Amino acid sequence: MATTRRTVEVELSTSGLDAQGRPQRVPLVVDDGGSPVALEAPPAAEPELAGEHMLINIGPQHPATHGVLRLVLELDGETVVRCIPHIGYLHCGFEKSGEYRQYNQIIPYTDREDYLNSPGNNVAFALGAERLFGIEITERCKVLRVILCELSRIISHLVWLGTTCIDIGAFTPFLWSFEKREKVYELFESWIGARLTTTFTRVGGMGADIPDGWLDNLRSFVNDFPKTVAEIDRVVTRNGIWVGRTIGLGVMTAEEAINHGLSGPMVRASGVAYDVRKDFPYLDYETYDFDVPVGTNGDVYDRYLVRMEELRQSVRIIEQAMKRLPDGPVNVSDHRVILPPKSKATSDMESMIHHFKQVMEGPRPPIGECYVPVESPKGEKGYYMVSDGTSKPVRWRIRPPAFVNLSAIPKMVEGHLLSDVIAINASIDIVMGEIDR
Amino acid sequence: MSTSFKPVVAGSALPQESSASATPKSVPHRGGPVNPSAEALRQRFASAVKAVSVVWGETTIVVEGGQLLEIVRWLHDDASQQYNYLSDVTAVEFRDLEQPLEVVWHLRSLPFRRFLRLKVLLPKGSPLEVPSVWSVYRAADWMERECYDMFGIRFTGHPDLRRLLMWEQYKEGYPLRKDFPLRGRFSRSEQLRQALAANPEARYSKEELSIAQAFEDLPDDMRRRLSSGEKTGE
Repeated sequence: MATTRRTVEVELSTSGLDAQGRPQRVPLVVDDGGSPVALEAPPAAEPELAGEHMLINIGPQHPATHGVLRLVLELDGETVVRCIPHIGYLHCGFEKSGEYRQYNQIIPYTDREDYLNSPGNNVAFALGAERLFGIEITERCKVLRVILCELSRIISHLVWLGTTCIDIGAFTPFLWSFEKREKVYELFESWIGARLTTTFTRVGGMGADIPDGWLDNLRSFVNDFPKTVAEIDRVVTRNGIWVGRTIGLGVMTAEEAINHGLSGPMVRASGVAYDVRKDFPYLDYETYDFDVPVGTNGDVYDRYLVRMEELRQSVRIIEQAMKRLPDGPVNVSDHRVILPPKSKATSDMESMIHHFKQVMEGPRPPIGECYVPVESPKGEKGYYMVSDGTSKPVRWRIRPPAFVNLSAIPKMVEGHLLSDVIAINASIDIVMGEIDR
Repeated sequence: MSTSFKPVVAGSALPQESSASATPKSVPHRGGPVNPSAEALRQRFASAVKAVSVVWGETTIVVEGGQLLEIVRWLHDDASQQYNYLSDVTAVEFRDLEQPLEVVWHLRSLPFRRFLRLKVLLPKGSPLEVPSVWSVYRAADWMERECYDMFGIRFTGHPDLRRLLMWEQYKEGYPLRKDFPLRGRFSRSEQLRQALAANPEARYSKEELSIAQAFEDLPDDMRRRLSSGEKTGE
């Protein structure tokens, strides 16, 4: 007697899972009359597909690579066997251009490398150049720079938080964090005049002092901001999807993290309490009371927790800085390195000479070199400058934290699933402008 | 969270009372306290240490290129040094083209909170080769590749010394060398013409194409170019 054989899959809700955890296949064998005959055992296993590897190309134009990063992945099924990153699509030769610019003229380049942290880069460059010139900046300038650095840490972490949430599938925290980021940009705008490309520090000072009432705006932001952090914390931190998609991914142990040169939240998530602000302080960071959060497992989830805590610590630092902000001048009084006021430049002979010499030739540091690291939101950012006594550096080297952090991505993604590559890549917090420079 | 967790703390090897670090104030241009590792290096590798100087508070040690790897490995492994963190690898070429090229390593000892700059001088005319420290620090991987890409310095012992920021077929030279013009070797119109003529598929290396077993499917001219080792841009 001829029979017709059909196979249907039992839905998951009927708990029809077999021993291997796959949905049970129930063959319905009916005879010609239409009455069921006998149930058959489910087919043994999936056909053997191992042995053939697949090459998949992510990027350079892919929203989840956070810029023009290209990853070539070798996949075995859905598991990454090998990852070959390709960078350089955004290479603009900042370092080369800097060799043809005076020190103050390089500051606009620093905006454009890590463009989520422009004021922080400006401060980092100015600190390096001031060491090279041998300038001690004023107390008020130090505190204002601390405020600027911490505000830019907040915006950088907020962008990271929002975009990572989008990568992993949550949309709402993105809106919340970008709303707060906009508030910081309004603060920048009212002080600096620009939002993204700030170019605000000068060798020996700042472009301008804060305007009247700016501290009140900052205070209302600082009072308001922790609520947003708490809100995002409540929605994301114990969210089942978030936890499931981040825990145990891209693990780096403490030794590996140090050996791979990771820095910033990446190395701290692996349980290494290394923060440039604490260990090699600048701008009197040792006098501020703040904590360095460390993770325990070094996975994507811990990196998230570390960054969330850094948001709160940045708020703490800003509060202390607002309390201690001293009166006095912002710029150093040496007009050989910092421009005299415009009114004096047109009335006072000496000021006019300084103004002319600075604009036409630029200030000249003595022969020497220095490497001044700062803690940028991504990690240890350092500018290595070599001077041969002329007004332009012989070599201006950026030590980009995201570049070194990204170089460990093959180590982090190999063995994980393709979809986890996106989460791991997001957790590094890369900005391609800084990596390619 | 496990209760046995102990973070690795920077500055852990320092005695308690001196463990607090402070912002450096009024750093002298020349002179000042020398990093104790300089003296230790002099005692152990007397012949390899050529010069020690302190500029803006940072100790620079010029060493013999041939013994660099040995020195770095000792600095990394020795319990009294513990330079476990590589901050940076880069090179400097001076405007005075007679001056030797300098390759610079920035090492950091997290347990001792020390910072050390090692330099190897490569005189003009000598081969631009230094040992790779990749076997000691994995962080050196991309830093050395970038340095090779930008200066043409070969790091012997690096497992995968390819161009990093410039594409592998780039043929114009090494951009950060002082003899490289700021605007590039060719005129803008020639650069545009070359960019349009380039085959974007050629951005895959032969090795990557072999993963997908796609190499055999390529057009003849591309196979020929890839097989002739058109990779390093030399």
